Amino acid sequence: MMDSSTMARAQLPPQVGERSGEEHSLRNDQPVPAGTPERGESPKISVTVGDTRKVRTLEVKAAVENLSFYYGQHRALKNLTIPIADKQVTALIGPSGCGKSTFLRCFNRMHDLQPDTRYEGSITLHPDNLNLVGEHVDPIEVRMRIGMVFQKPNPFPKSVFENVAYGLRLRGVRNRATLAEEVEKALRGAALWDEVKDRLQDSALALSGGQMQRLCIARALATTPEILLFDEPTSALDPIATAKIEELISTLRDQVTVLIVTHNMQQAARVSDYTAFMYLGELIEFDEAAKIFTNPGKKATEDYITGRYG
Amino acid sequence: MSDNPAIATFLDPKLVRDGLSRRKVLDQVFVIVGLLVMLVCLAILAVLFIDLVRDGSERFTWDFFTNFASRRAERAGILAAWVGTTLIMIVTAVCAVPVGVAAAIYLEEYAPKNWFTAIIEINVTNLAGVPSIVYGLLALGLFVYQFDLGQSIAAAGLTLALLILPIVIVATREAIRSVPNAIREAAYGLGATRWEVTKDHVLPYSTGGILTGMILGLSRAIGETAPIITIGALSFIAFLPESPFTSEFPFISFGWLNDPFTAMPIQMFNWVSRPDPAFQSNAAAAGAILLGMTLLMNGVAIWIRYRYRKKINW
Repeated sequence: MMDSSTMARAQLPPQVGERSGEEHSLRNDQPVPAGTPERGESPKISVTVGDTRKVRTLEVKAAVENLSFYYGQHRALKNLTIPIADKQVTALIGPSGCGKSTFLRCFNRMHDLQPDTRYEGSITLHPDNLNLVGEHVDPIEVRMRIGMVFQKPNPFPKSVFENVAYGLRLRGVRNRATLAEEVEKALRGAALWDEVKDRLQDSALALSGGQMQRLCIARALATTPEILLFDEPTSALDPIATAKIEELISTLRDQVTVLIVTHNMQQAARVSDYTAFMYLGELIEFDEAAKIFTNPGKKATEDYITGRYG
Repeated sequence: MSDNPAIATFLDPKLVRDGLSRRKVLDQVFVIVGLLVMLVCLAILAVLFIDLVRDGSERFTWDFFTNFASRRAERAGILAAWVGTTLIMIVTAVCAVPVGVAAAIYLEEYAPKNWFTAIIEINVTNLAGVPSIVYGLLALGLFVYQFDLGQSIAAAGLTLALLILPIVIVATREAIRSVPNAIREAAYGLGATRWEVTKDHVLPYSTGGILTGMILGLSRAIGETAPIITIGALSFIAFLPESPFTSEFPFISFGWLNDPFTAMPIQMFNWVSRPDPAFQSNAAAAGAILLGMTLLMNGVAIWIRYRYRKKINW
């Protein structure tokens, strides 16, 4: 029942061609916001989602191909191939220990901080065809381009302002006016500005859990990442704070490609455009979220989302 | 109520209540025992301190601080001793703290976890337990003769720095380890290098613990007698080291590093071993002052820790 074949096949290499009008109707149920900026240099990639459905053209921000990951001898991820669509929300679901977080952390090379870890395969970041897990690619460069929000809110024990400004300071921004402007922009982007604008110099640890998590999102947004990774961002939050974060993630898809790991099926259904279901380090099914949650192609997926195991 | 008869009786409300009161009594007993043990420790310290203060009471005068040692007890003072101790502590702190903190940072943040670092770790922990006289012998051979520092303040400071290095390293590692990994991940996630993570986050957030470790180390060093006697501290000295401050440019001089010295514990030891009972009260007064210096340093450590804990609570 749990075969290793995947539903998703990204057809590579990229077909360079005109951006078709169809990509704006990727999801029938949700119109793509009109203001999405176009980036002419991005390659176009055809993605066949499922066997029976028509081919749609969309920009792929990152193409994961045959990705395997090893902790020492243990192979935690097995031959994953998933296209991550540009300016879309892709959710990773699956039972505990299935490798969702491990997969997510490949994108910003967090595993490199641990000894004895190894990647195989590739994650190609477009438009510049950078293999994120390539041996000769500097993990720090990768992390400067790909932001991450963690499971537990982890603001630095500094002021609200310094938390958001830190990423820019690392990049050498020194001008106070520029910093202030960018910090405000990031805080607005994370829907936190109105709540903290009078307490920018207060300790970030004085904020509530939900505010802290939005601060962490602002901290990541301030450096204008190309992909934003969320590792169960709401698992430590109450329902109201969770709703705010979910709403925020929905609005973020205008500016950034989002990859989110979640334990909460409803959350995945609510926020994601695409959903990947993983089990024991393998990709079981990848499809449009609407399809996964209403008419999954695999029995295992159906069992999981209906709560029969996991 | 469980169906299992083997545990059913344990769940009977009356039995539960009786059992609970017995457990609560044990709870109270432990509180009392703990309190008693703590009070005994405090009482011993208090008795010691009060005893010293009473014995040396007539010697707590300004002259005691500003007079050199003398053959006549009532004219003897601790000027050379406290100046010596202060200067030695400065050398010790300046040498032990940067090296100890750097070593701890390396071991915690940089070193790969392999057999080599494991050996270093075990050795550092063991060094903290080496008798201080052994450090004295090492220093006599190394600093006094090999490096030709002689019986100087520099040699004494280095000896004590060596002695407290393991304490500083262990305390700093403990402080660094208390910084949650989530904070490191957050900084790495933004693209920080290891050094940036260390200097912007790990070090600032563990400053309280590091300073506490440093002062605990210095508190240990200030009372050490054996190693500095081993390297040849003088016990009778009637002059001060060269002043660290000068009237002409560059206003700071390091000549004092090469000067002979005495220190508080040595002065005490010297007085205690004299037959004249008048010197006993000198020794008691010096002891009280030394104890006061140590308590003051510990107080500063506690205050620093309190301030940093208030600012940063994970």
